[in-house]
Amino acid sequence: MTGYLFLTIIAFSLAAFLTGRAAARRFAAEGRSGRPAAHSVPAYHGAFVAIWVGIPALILALLWRAAEGPVIDRLLARALPPEMTAGLSPAALDLLLTEIHHVAEGRILAPASPGVIEAAARLAAWSRIGDVAMFVVVLALMLLGAWFACARLTPRFRARTRVEGALSGLMILCSGLALATTLGIIVSLVHEAVAFFRLVPPGEFLFGLVWEPQIATRPGQIAAEGAFGAVPVFLGTLLISAIAMAFAVPVGLLSAVYLHEYASPRFRRVAKPMLEILAGVPTVVYGFFAILVVAPAIRTTGTMMGLATSPNSALAAGLVIGGMIIPFISSLADDALRAVPRDLRDGSLAMGATPAETMTRVLLPAALPGIAGGILLALSRAIGETMIVVMAAGLIATMTLNPLDSVTTVTVQIVTTLVGDTAFDNPKTLAAFALGLVLFLVTLALNTIGVAIVRRYRETYE
Amino acid sequence: MNQSFQTHVAPIGAAAAKISTRGVDVFYGPKQALFGVDLDIPRNQVTALIGPSGCGKSTFLRAINRMNDTIAGARVEGEILLDGENVYDPVLDVVELRARVGMVFQKPNPFPKSIFENVAYGPRIHGMARSRAELAEIVVRSLRRAGLFEEVKDRLDAPGTSLSGGQQQRLCIARAIATRPEVLLMDEPASALDPIATAVIEELIDELRANYTIVIVTHSMQQAARVSQRTAFFHLGRLIEDGPTAEIFSTPRRRQTEDYITGRSAAQRPGP
Ligand SMILES: Nc1ncnc2c1ncn2[C@@H]1O[C@H](COP(=O)(O)OP(=O)(O)OP(=O)(O)O)[C@@H](O)[C@H]1O
Ligand SMILES: [Mg+2]
Repeated sequence: MTGYLFLTIIAFSLAAFLTGRAAARRFAAEGRSGRPAAHSVPAYHGAFVAIWVGIPALILALLWRAAEGPVIDRLLARALPPEMTAGLSPAALDLLLTEIHHVAEGRILAPASPGVIEAAARLAAWSRIGDVAMFVVVLALMLLGAWFACARLTPRFRARTRVEGALSGLMILCSGLALATTLGIIVSLVHEAVAFFRLVPPGEFLFGLVWEPQIATRPGQIAAEGAFGAVPVFLGTLLISAIAMAFAVPVGLLSAVYLHEYASPRFRRVAKPMLEILAGVPTVVYGFFAILVVAPAIRTTGTMMGLATSPNSALAAGLVIGGMIIPFISSLADDALRAVPRDLRDGSLAMGATPAETMTRVLLPAALPGIAGGILLALSRAIGETMIVVMAAGLIATMTLNPLDSVTTVTVQIVTTLVGDTAFDNPKTLAAFALGLVLFLVTLALNTIGVAIVRRYRETYE
Repeated sequence: MNQSFQTHVAPIGAAAAKISTRGVDVFYGPKQALFGVDLDIPRNQVTALIGPSGCGKSTFLRAINRMNDTIAGARVEGEILLDGENVYDPVLDVVELRARVGMVFQKPNPFPKSIFENVAYGPRIHGMARSRAELAEIVVRSLRRAGLFEEVKDRLDAPGTSLSGGQQQRLCIARAIATRPEVLLMDEPASALDPIATAVIEELIDELRANYTIVIVTHSMQQAARVSQRTAFFHLGRLIEDGPTAEIFSTPRRRQTEDYITGRSAAQRPGP
């Protein structure tokens, strides 16, 4: 039903566009040749009418859909015989309403009582009436919109300006959506995290040194007591990200400099797309590479040098993550370098600077904002990387900074605490949200610091 | 505005020349932009390069300090001698050459650094100042000579790109003279300047002549007449004629030169 309604709205808008455009073409034809006959070209008149037909109808339909359900439920509850609702808690009433809905939709799980069947029939009838009413009202609104818009079409009518206004409204809506998503993420995280902190004190979570979230979720299960000190987990993330960045930043930057300054155009044409393909490889594949190649290699080397090396080492995961994020750094840094005007390079070379001096003193500073953007993007990828760590570094939270040990990271723990036996009232599950919240705040802080640094040191070349 | 910086000039030979070019051809890929240019540029004089747009003046200038090397596909043939040494000799250090031959570009290109750092750039990379104070002295002196110091003395930390177009061009001149090059190549240094700033630059050029050899590209006949001692006229990639500025402007030997400096096009020329 709703689908047909939206199709109808689209069809009407299209028709409105064609009508408006045809009307505008008529008075365009009447004008003298060689001079613009109207303020706007016909397509803008068409778009103006289409907007007046489509947008109000769409808004009304959405609002109607949102309001209809609760209203019908209220009416339904009131129409139930008093002996059915007597002494029911709000939660039990909700359950009853859900049952009625299921019966009305034909999804009967258990034989229903006659009262429920009768209510379901009433519900079906009311829904049908609601749908038809909505259809009629929306249709009327569309006709009204068409009449209103068509009445204003004259050669001097500024349809172009109006359409512009509607478009900018749409853009504001879209950017508002991005903002709302961020807010929504924060709210949901904070909500669950607060529930967690009711069970586990924040001090213990933030400063505790032991992380053992595998607690009993059902009576009779054999499991540890549970400990929720997040320090080792964050330490793991820090260690792995630091290894990854220490590997990726120098390699990425130098390869960008090489690509930009020294490589032949032919090599560049081949190498750059290959780097970018590397960025698109799924991380599971990198994970395989980490377990099958890198981790054994590190273990062999470590044993050869007489070092105790765990089969799942932070070093293996960090290096492979580093390899994964190199393309982000080098490709974005190369773009940033290319955006620096050639004049600056020539100016520096003409002063008798060597290419390396030109790079470090003129080009890199001028490209700094783009380069820093690439590094920040890479860092957030490194912090957020889960799959490679699961496969290569392990699941046990060790309180260590030794890269040859097995560690775990925040994102890995979020996944492991959420899968399996879950119930939203025990600390094991809720811990995921607390971890997520802290991770979110940390990355937010990192980004803010990054932006501030860039603003402080950037050299604009406009 | 009509003061003339003309002085007595004697005809020169290759021996007295700071720069002499012999049979210089420049190619951009398959396209030849300069054809066999032979020109002697005398020491401590101003040589003006004139000619219609696209005739190869900038190309010739860039050949002297080997800036054409930075253009993919560009190739230079022939000899360019600086104090008798071929600048295209493989053993010559191009970085040192460019330190000796400074350049001011057609379009102002200050670095996105502070005004101070722009001028200090050359002295810093060539290690010309032993202390911060010495560096500051070089910067102030260069800015003063380029006629910019009074305007920017309160904001040496402001970005060079925040200056107006004409100020930027003077900043680039200050940057170029800060390293005390022996030769200064200037590609239309006054094209973005107002008459007063132009006069400052022209005076500067005349002053610099005592210590430097200057080659200046200009589209203004008046400017060429005012600042230069010698003039070379280019047309379609060839050097048509060169000589003392006074002679070129009063009694050009070639018809094309006369047409160009009097502003006549070929179509307006009376038939032979
Ligand atoms: N980078 C380049 N690649 C290819 N061709 C070039 C390049 N630079 C210049 N040319 C060509 O070489 C010829 C000479 O150019 P040049 O810039 O030397 O002219 P110009 O005399 O300085 O002109 P203007 O007075 O307009 O600055 C022109 O035909 C131009 O198209
Ligand atoms: Mg030019």
